[in-house]
Amino acid sequence: MSESLLEVKGLSISAGSKSLVQDLEFSMRVGERIGLIGESGSGKSLTATSLLGLLPDELHVSGEAKLRGVEHNLLSAPDKVMRSLRGDEISMVFQEPLTALNPLMSVGAQVAEVMTQHRKVPRRAAASRAVELLASVKLPDPAVAARAYPHQLSGGQRQRVMVAMALANDPQLLLCDEPTTALDVTVQRQVLALISEQVRERGTGLLFITHDLAVVANMCTKVLVLNNGRIVEAGDMEQVFSSPAHPYTRALLAASDMDATDERGRLFTVATAAAYVPPVPGEILDPAAEALVPTVQETPGQVSARQPLINASGLGRTYHREWTSLFGPRPEVRALHDVSFMVEAGERLGVVGESGSGKSTLLRLLAGLDQPTSGSVLVAGTQVAGAKENQLVGLRQQLQIVFQDPMGSLDPRMRVRDIVEEPLLVPGQKLNAGQRAAEVSTMLEAVGLDADAADRYPHQFSGGQRQRISIARALICKPRLLIADEPVSALDVSVRAQVLNLLADLVDEYALTLVFVSHDLAVVRHLCDRVVVMKDGEIVESGSTEEIYNNPQHPYTRELIASSMSLREQVANP
Amino acid sequence: MLIRIFKNLARFIVTFLAATLVVFGIMRVLPGDPAAIAAGENATPEIVEQLAKEFGTDRPLPVQFWDWFSGLLRGDFGVSYVTRTDISPLVLDKVQVSLILVTLAMLLALAIAIPLGTLAAVRHKKASGALISALSQLGIAIPGFLLGILLVSLVSLRLGWLPANGWTPPGEDFGDFIRRIILPVTALAGVQSAIVMRYVRSAVLETMHEDYLRTARAKGLSPMKALLKHGLRNAAIPVLTVTSVQFAALIIGAVVIERVFVIPGLGSMLLTAVGNRDLLTVQSVVMVLVAITLLINLIVDVLYTILDPRLRAAD
Repeated sequence: MSESLLEVKGLSISAGSKSLVQDLEFSMRVGERIGLIGESGSGKSLTATSLLGLLPDELHVSGEAKLRGVEHNLLSAPDKVMRSLRGDEISMVFQEPLTALNPLMSVGAQVAEVMTQHRKVPRRAAASRAVELLASVKLPDPAVAARAYPHQLSGGQRQRVMVAMALANDPQLLLCDEPTTALDVTVQRQVLALISEQVRERGTGLLFITHDLAVVANMCTKVLVLNNGRIVEAGDMEQVFSSPAHPYTRALLAASDMDATDERGRLFTVATAAAYVPPVPGEILDPAAEALVPTVQETPGQVSARQPLINASGLGRTYHREWTSLFGPRPEVRALHDVSFMVEAGERLGVVGESGSGKSTLLRLLAGLDQPTSGSVLVAGTQVAGAKENQLVGLRQQLQIVFQDPMGSLDPRMRVRDIVEEPLLVPGQKLNAGQRAAEVSTMLEAVGLDADAADRYPHQFSGGQRQRISIARALICKPRLLIADEPVSALDVSVRAQVLNLLADLVDEYALTLVFVSHDLAVVRHLCDRVVVMKDGEIVESGSTEEIYNNPQHPYTRELIASSMSLREQVANP
Repeated sequence: MLIRIFKNLARFIVTFLAATLVVFGIMRVLPGDPAAIAAGENATPEIVEQLAKEFGTDRPLPVQFWDWFSGLLRGDFGVSYVTRTDISPLVLDKVQVSLILVTLAMLLALAIAIPLGTLAAVRHKKASGALISALSQLGIAIPGFLLGILLVSLVSLRLGWLPANGWTPPGEDFGDFIRRIILPVTALAGVQSAIVMRYVRSAVLETMHEDYLRTARAKGLSPMKALLKHGLRNAAIPVLTVTSVQFAALIIGAVVIERVFVIPGLGSMLLTAVGNRDLLTVQSVVMVLVAITLLINLIVDVLYTILDPRLRAAD
């Protein structure tokens, strides 16, 4: 048994009289990898920040945290002592690779800075060491990368730079706060592998914060489950994940597990978690056995009567960039190239792809929010290509969108009643005020919100509730086609399953055709019966969901499926 | 980078051309024939006609425009219809005065605003920060000429330390130039520093909450070092923008201060020329202003690219 690295006792954080983290207690041995799991607001980031001594001034922290070889209590040490530890003995990798680096400084200089800060190192030695570090995090062409500025690197590359920076002085303890949440699945997989490899090699203690249980299963040997600022369960990863003792852990596992459904074919939620069977280590997973039976039942008579609701052919969208050279044409960005597909009425189509694949552009074209530069697209009988805004009135009644960000997509100064009612206030809708009010309350009830929600404002609701409001707004004008753009990616795990179930129920109830855009393959697999895979503005593969998942043809699809982590798989073969 | 400079030059030229057309057009649309004005109220039509011939205002407008425009390019603004003197050396002289005055005032304003604004941001939760903010509010509320008059009555009249007004070109007697310019520069810089300080404060406050500052702290930098090394350059961009706008506005905006201190600047010249209906002089001064403003924009744009690598080479 190796030496103890970090001992935390009675760690509490409060803001005024409000307690945010209560009486946390855990210990970490040298080289141990501990996952800190929790949903937003559980206090997991605060915990890590307090170990660095970087909590905002208005928060009060108490308790004890001892790091090997350091006399001071990390929680009460003067800033001068903490400064000498930060970046040297304790390092941190933050969530947002886009904003965590100084945009005006070359990345090599930023990596070198952490070395010159703590040691008397000649400038040139630090610079060449920085290049070595960038090479060790597998940045292609590290000498060139060192001179690059953050905006010239991709999100994954920037996170690699952050890792290089954090490990530059060989710290004893590495804190990672959701380091891959903002990254694409394939990139996430690579960055996780990198962190894992580096801490194993160096014997660094890792405290890994995340809401994603599959990621924890992949990275950590021990887990701490945090709920409302308290540790509700702690132990070995395999044990906690396969036989959770606390109901909250069980609920979290149930809601995270996209491969498991209840007897109605719906995802498990916090409410139904009691019936959930947790994954078992060493369990042999049969891909075919997990296959979900599509919930749409087809009756033979219907098939021939079906009309394509969306018919896109040769769809392209090209943007022009600013001139970059005095001569020659302006550079073109092909956001979408020769995309053709059909969606029949009643179908649920999943659109899968990583950032920059053209998903959002495609969606904007379907909704008539943007015009294609080539090709045509017929949506619910309306030719969208080349249509003027007044020709799209019919389409707007037939097609509605639920957006990704439940915070930004609702007008903060409108009451929920007015937000949900708004789609009815278009020319052609003949409802009077009373009828509209009745529609609003029916809709709010359908999405599971109380009737008194109507008089409140969006900020008074949680993320999941706001997404319910968005769904109510989308469905009130009885559209035939619903487009959902990453509707659950901004939501907590336990809420995600509820919203997905609600969406599935409503699609059945209102006989909707669904186009579901997501980067999360598990979600698409659960919800959709057909899927198109997009990359670099093109459809690289399409087919029935099970076909694609069980027998992917295109190398990119294979990579995507291999990179996406399912909880069951990670627990079974850690 | 080259592309950017090229684009800026192109914009400079197009804007300048457009400005000549607009300025010329407006001046000619205004009522009042220059010849008639110059001839005086009691002049006979013959005299007016003769003057018009002399000035060339009887020729078709395009010809007049070309005449004026080609003169501009050679740096020759022509001869004033009213004072019958060559405009170019006069304008050149006044431009020098105004540029010296405004540049020094802006530099002083920045020297005050950057440290105080940064301090106000760093201490925004403390009384000292609130005090600095309150002072800057007050500074904006006090008009520059009032500050000027106060300075004159205190420093010159009561204490007798500095001359109350007047202008000596720096080449003539540098010591006297310095003595005479201190008060007007201070009066001008007062309001400007208060305005710029507000921008510095909000820009620094914003960068203080940026993730990369937290990263710098996580590397072990002290709060002040993190701010100085990583924050200030990022905060400089909005401050540069407001400084350039204020600078351009001050070239003419200094006119009130010029009057208080009896300084022969460009603003005073413009005011006099408008009063005399001296069309050609007004036209010339406005064109000089346009050129200066465009030049400032050009310089500021180059500074942006130096500050921010994201604006360099679109790659």
